[in-house]
Amino acid sequence: MTKAITVRGLHKSFGRTHALDGLDLTVEAGEVHGFLGPNGAGKSTALRVLLGLLRADAGAAQVLGRDPWRDAVEVHRRIAYVPGDVTLWRNLSGGEVIDLYGRLRGGLDARRRAELTERFELDPTKKGRAYSKGNRQKVALVAAFASDVDLLILDEPTSGLDPLMEDVFRSCVEEERSRGRTVLLSSHLLSEVEQLCDRVSIIRRGRTVESGSLADLRHLTRTSVTAELAGPPDGLADLPGVHDLDVQGRRVRLQVDTDRLDGVLRSLTASGVRSLTSTPPTLEELFLRHYRDEATDLSEVPA
Amino acid sequence: MTALAGTGTLLRFSLRRDRALLPVWIAVNALMVLSMPKSLAGLYGTAPERAALMRQMNADGSLRALVGPVFDDSLGALTAWRVGVYAGVLAAVMSLLVVVRHTRDEEESGRQELLSAGALGRRAPLTAALLTAATANAVLALLITAGLAALGARGAVVFGLGVAGVGLVFATAAAVAAQLTGSARLARGLTAALLGAAFALRAAGDASSAGGSSVLTWLSPLGWLENARAFAGDRWWVLLLLAAATAVQAAAAYVLAGRRDLGMSFLPTRPGPATGRLGSAAALAWRLQRGAVLGWSLAFLLTGVVYGGMADGVAGLVGDNPGARQVFERMGGQAGITDAFLASMTGLMGLLAGLFAVSAVLRLHAEETSGRAEPLLAGPVSRLRWTAGHLTIAFAGTAWLMLLAGLGFAAGHGRQAGSILGGCLVQVPAVWVIGGAAVLLHGVLPRLAPAAWAVAGAALLLGWIGPALDLPRSVLGTSPFAHLPKLPGGTMQWPPVLVLTGVAAALVAAGLAGMRRRDLVG
Repeated sequence: MTKAITVRGLHKSFGRTHALDGLDLTVEAGEVHGFLGPNGAGKSTALRVLLGLLRADAGAAQVLGRDPWRDAVEVHRRIAYVPGDVTLWRNLSGGEVIDLYGRLRGGLDARRRAELTERFELDPTKKGRAYSKGNRQKVALVAAFASDVDLLILDEPTSGLDPLMEDVFRSCVEEERSRGRTVLLSSHLLSEVEQLCDRVSIIRRGRTVESGSLADLRHLTRTSVTAELAGPPDGLADLPGVHDLDVQGRRVRLQVDTDRLDGVLRSLTASGVRSLTSTPPTLEELFLRHYRDEATDLSEVPA
Repeated sequence: MTALAGTGTLLRFSLRRDRALLPVWIAVNALMVLSMPKSLAGLYGTAPERAALMRQMNADGSLRALVGPVFDDSLGALTAWRVGVYAGVLAAVMSLLVVVRHTRDEEESGRQELLSAGALGRRAPLTAALLTAATANAVLALLITAGLAALGARGAVVFGLGVAGVGLVFATAAAVAAQLTGSARLARGLTAALLGAAFALRAAGDASSAGGSSVLTWLSPLGWLENARAFAGDRWWVLLLLAAATAVQAAAAYVLAGRRDLGMSFLPTRPGPATGRLGSAAALAWRLQRGAVLGWSLAFLLTGVVYGGMADGVAGLVGDNPGARQVFERMGGQAGITDAFLASMTGLMGLLAGLFAVSAVLRLHAEETSGRAEPLLAGPVSRLRWTAGHLTIAFAGTAWLMLLAGLGFAAGHGRQAGSILGGCLVQVPAVWVIGGAAVLLHGVLPRLAPAAWAVAGAALLLGWIGPALDLPRSVLGTSPFAHLPKLPGGTMQWPPVLVLTGVAAALVAAGLAGMRRRDLVG
């Protein structure tokens, strides 16, 4: 598989703020890649570097096999972008803006434009100042999905959409994937990420802290286990990867690193199991762990 | 008084936001007024000279249209006559900008929603905006009164209050417009049109009758300022008209504000087309700027016609006074006084075109900081192409405007079409230097791009007030306009024109180079 985006050791500072501090990112062609991280982690900065709007201080970035800064226009012909905060010209109608973006890329599919306008329930005759946040986002989304490009870069594209429209958005992304297009999706909506993304990258303070398929990432987290045993538990505390062990008579509760689950089960069956519940980690826990670490990290930084 | 809760906080907030804007407006206005007695005393030092000026002024309708009738030949009365209309206009523009900025602008941008959701009274935003304008006008009145007090305390108070009163009339007019329209731009446009109408009514009235007695003059707030006759009888009661208009308009604004929801307007917004024909960055730039270009075009053509028609009258007037002739010659050149007047007017149009050039270039800045440029530049539009669209309008538009001004002058004057056109077009390279400075700032120091207004403003001040203040040549020479040949009348000199064109080209090239290298701001 070829790479749609490769980023190695990207650095970008604004004055004394290090927005990107050695970011790595790989997006395979044809996948939907989730791009996650707490507010201020550097997601939008990274996207703007990938779009050639900002110039990286150091590091290498390639988008569709080209340098996003030097070959900006060539790269952009094959990219559609939806910013997190869409602003429109107040005296231009939504339809005019959609067609402008389309024509700049050499024309857009009129049938698909009409179909998308209908699916997103967008009134294209309204002037820019009359749209709500969600409707402004729809204008950008219709323009992006109606264009014939290889890569879509979406920066929190559903933050103003209602649940029905979010559904439409999800099916549009699925369609893009089935047409073989690549999507880089920055989002805070875990259900959205879980449903859509093949792989995700989590960034924190300008650095990639985790990257892989959701299954890979799940593997890195803890499973919680509650068991009712026939006899007293034995040696659980000494097993590697066991945390928060709580033994009350024959009742056992514990957390175990998912890749150490095997040993724990062996030890439990040795004592005889009457009942067992094992809860796999939710994505939410996974993300919250990464997001929380951010808070801990920050509180550890000396003032 | 819960409707006004938070007004004080909001007023302090508004004044803080305007801490740079308001002092500049007030200072420029006060400087213009307070520098006038000295300059008039230099030109018309003796009583007979002043009496002659008054006689000639009042005898010529086209001159009365420009500055109004003279009511007395004292230095104070002449000052109030010479700058009254313009001080009023400046106060009005300052006031309308401030009021719209703190009312409709806030609602349109959505910032007001956040504020109004707090413990803020329903009428607090409008009240705070009007109080901000009132504070600015009060300071202006105080400065003018204190500065002119030596010429007669009563007259100084009447004049100061009159100027501030005009400011308040247009502050409250803007408050009404801000309730009616959905966009701040339209609210500013409507109020400015009203100000233009007030100027036109007064000019027409004064042209048709001596002594400011025409009904048309009395229909205009600027006519009231004139008819308050500061330093020439001090008719206090006329000031009451300004106060009454202010009160009525303020009441109307409050009633309208009480009848609408936040962010809504009385004038409906029409839907636009469902599909668009815009297909390039240049087409978009033109679409965004065409309204402004049309407005400037009309203004330049009309101003040209009006001033062109006045040229002979002014020449007759000034020709008798050596001091005034000297000022015109410093502004406009040595040859015959008609030519000197025309040359000074073409120069003035050049200075004003500088404002157009800056506003057209800074559209780039507005597009970039508002985030509207980002999706364009994330599409297959190079920065150069995006910039070029707006710069074409700024630079070709400058030449177009000066051409229109020249055609207007020629039509109004009826003679010398060729040399007048030449005089207008020779300004273009100097305007381009101002525009080039704006391009450089936008390209290299984008956060400081609005400083380009200061560049255009400084050139305007040096070119307009500089000659009257008798500033040293080295100071005047910092303006690109100072190096242009004075046409019509003077001899054409190509070297400065070519050098200025080169400087403008270099500034633009440097700005574009910076633009290609820097991060997008926003």
